[in-house]
Amino acid sequence: MNNTQEIEQEALTSKTGMWLFLFTELLLFGGLFIVYSVYRYQNSEAFHLAANELSVFIGTFNTIILLISSSTIAMSITAIQKKNKRLALLLLGATFLLGFIFLVNKYFEWGHHIKEHIYPGSYDLSLRGHGDILFYGLYYFMTGVHALHIIVGLGFIGIVTVRISKDKIHSGKFVLLENCGLYWHLVDLIWIFLFPLFYLIT
Amino acid sequence: MENNKDHIIPYQTLILVVTGLIVLTLISVSVTTIHLGALTVFIALLIAAVKSSFVLWIFMHLKFEGRLFRLGVTGVILLITSVIIITMLDYLFR
Repeated sequence: MNNTQEIEQEALTSKTGMWLFLFTELLLFGGLFIVYSVYRYQNSEAFHLAANELSVFIGTFNTIILLISSSTIAMSITAIQKKNKRLALLLLGATFLLGFIFLVNKYFEWGHHIKEHIYPGSYDLSLRGHGDILFYGLYYFMTGVHALHIIVGLGFIGIVTVRISKDKIHSGKFVLLENCGLYWHLVDLIWIFLFPLFYLIT
Repeated sequence: MENNKDHIIPYQTLILVVTGLIVLTLISVSVTTIHLGALTVFIALLIAAVKSSFVLWIFMHLKFEGRLFRLGVTGVILLITSVIIITMLDYLFR
């Protein structure tokens, strides 16, 4: 087996591992979506009213930010394949920045609710009835776990950026960048479903 | 397994896909302003499904990967949707 074959074999193995991990991630969020659908069915009125308190504008803005960040990381793979290291780094930087903006928006969103004393375990929320408690419990938990994934993704992007700048990732060997992209797309994929389910129930 | 390690997705394709995804998001938001009742959830989920297949197919390179990954993704999606459907059937008809 020559060297290129070895690298290809290694890349395939590594990517297979990444996909297996992504499957477990999908099952984790899948379980949460099952919980969501049952509670929404049982408390549809409360879910509708509570969802109206979320800002559709911020939600849409964040969705578009994540979609664009997904395309920039996909383009950075194209750039590295075309041996354009500078552009790849630039696109990764853009992805990182967009992910960070997403988190900042999330911070203000959560901050707004918390300032109005709407958070799990708060007295004000406990006065509002079962459906609202369930809605906000799921809202905080699901967007929270998602935000945690964004933070991990940002760390991953940081590592990949350093490795590209040190020429450890290049046009002949870039599976780590591909795996980083896969992870980031997964985060985007989950948000694609979280967005209509929490922000667009009217 | 076919190996398309050298497959390069052109920038234009990626820009086209992301534009489509943004347009679909805006459609999904504007659809909710029309009162369609139970249909609203269905349309929102349908649009989300179309968007996620674009992400999987192009961004996540499934179009250019071997059968193994595609089979796995299909399996996981089928598993989650069938469990949701079975659970909902239980709650709807108990």
